[in-house]
Amino acid sequence: MKINHHPGPESLLSCSAGSMPGAFAAVMAAHISLCPCCRKDLGMLDQVGTALFDALEPTTVTRPAPIIGLRADEAGPDELALLESARGDVPAPLAAVIGNSLDSIAWRRVGPGVWQHQIELAESNRGELRLIKVAAGQALPEHGHNGSEITLVLRGSYRDATGEYRAGDVADLCDENEHSPIADPVEGCICLIATDGRLKFKSRIARMVQPLIGL
Amino acid sequence: MIPHSATARPYGRARSSSGPIAMADFLQRIAERGDVEAFRKLFQAYAPRVKSYMMRQGADPNTAEELAQETLLTVWRKAGLYSGEKGSATTWIFTIARNLRIDRLRRELSWVPLPDGHDEEPSADALPDELLSEQERKVRVQAALASLPADQYEVVSLSYVEGLSHSEIAERLGLPLGTVKSRMRLAYHKIRESVEDLR
Repeated sequence: MKINHHPGPESLLSCSAGSMPGAFAAVMAAHISLCPCCRKDLGMLDQVGTALFDALEPTTVTRPAPIIGLRADEAGPDELALLESARGDVPAPLAAVIGNSLDSIAWRRVGPGVWQHQIELAESNRGELRLIKVAAGQALPEHGHNGSEITLVLRGSYRDATGEYRAGDVADLCDENEHSPIADPVEGCICLIATDGRLKFKSRIARMVQPLIGL
Repeated sequence: MIPHSATARPYGRARSSSGPIAMADFLQRIAERGDVEAFRKLFQAYAPRVKSYMMRQGADPNTAEELAQETLLTVWRKAGLYSGEKGSATTWIFTIARNLRIDRLRRELSWVPLPDGHDEEPSADALPDELLSEQERKVRVQAALASLPADQYEVVSLSYVEGLSHSEIAERLGLPLGTVKSRMRLAYHKIRESVEDLR
């Protein structure tokens, strides 16, 4: 998989710090599982976290080491199976929330040539996480963002003023960005999107239908 | 809230008195034979700092202590996943504490997996020169972090130590979101530059 578009360093940093809102962290984890280059960067950033962690003044621990809770048979690898990378076109970290295949997603039509699947996360997770499927050649109305939006292409591709985004690519946008993506004329596009603010459509018509289609 | 603490830089103190190689060795002893004595040593070395970390992330002392215990129990259970090639024992324990914090204090899913070495080509145990460059990387990252301008250091520290998101930092500092992000980008590029030749 040739990846051309990566998340911004500020997103990787926040991800390494564990301070990213849940929906965004999901998109980041999915991309990272596909992208050796971002995994390497994350490794470096984890060292930044380690340096800051290392410099914390220790606080006295009042209870002893929980030796009594240890069981010898627990030591050792227990999650190696989870570490396999992508199955089909579902990145490994997502399999637990959307299953193993993009072909068995329950889509809801939200407009002409556009379907979505809201991914239910526990309420405490900040941000909205959804899959969007766009028909071949379909354009989304030009829109900006009230907050941040991060998109990972899972299948097919789309194009906007900033370039072409294929499977594995990430578009990491914030409030000043406006774009009008068009899905690949043959394959269409399936994306994973995290948002923390509603999309702002430029045209009045699009703004009127927005509440109806749930975007 | 401790608004000024984020800019304090308590560096330059060697913490783990037994050294990084001993710590990695303890992990290996736990993985190979469930060595309780090695676990006790790791607990003594790390639990107090994990407790501090959890408190800075907003946990009360009791909860922080429970989370420190749980972090070290996770270290016991997952010791077999630790790979010296992917980073120091401290880095690995930091990532476990971080994921536990997301899970317990944020009550969100901790999506990003622990570093595990699974995309490195298979090799024997970390060679001495790999450990050396690991150590070198650590020193360089610390130096780069310590030389960041105060405003960049502040956003990095608020992310890692207080666990604030971009927009929470913007709110805390009364800055536009774009400014917070660009300070982080600048910090990232400086740190990355400092280890470029070791990558």
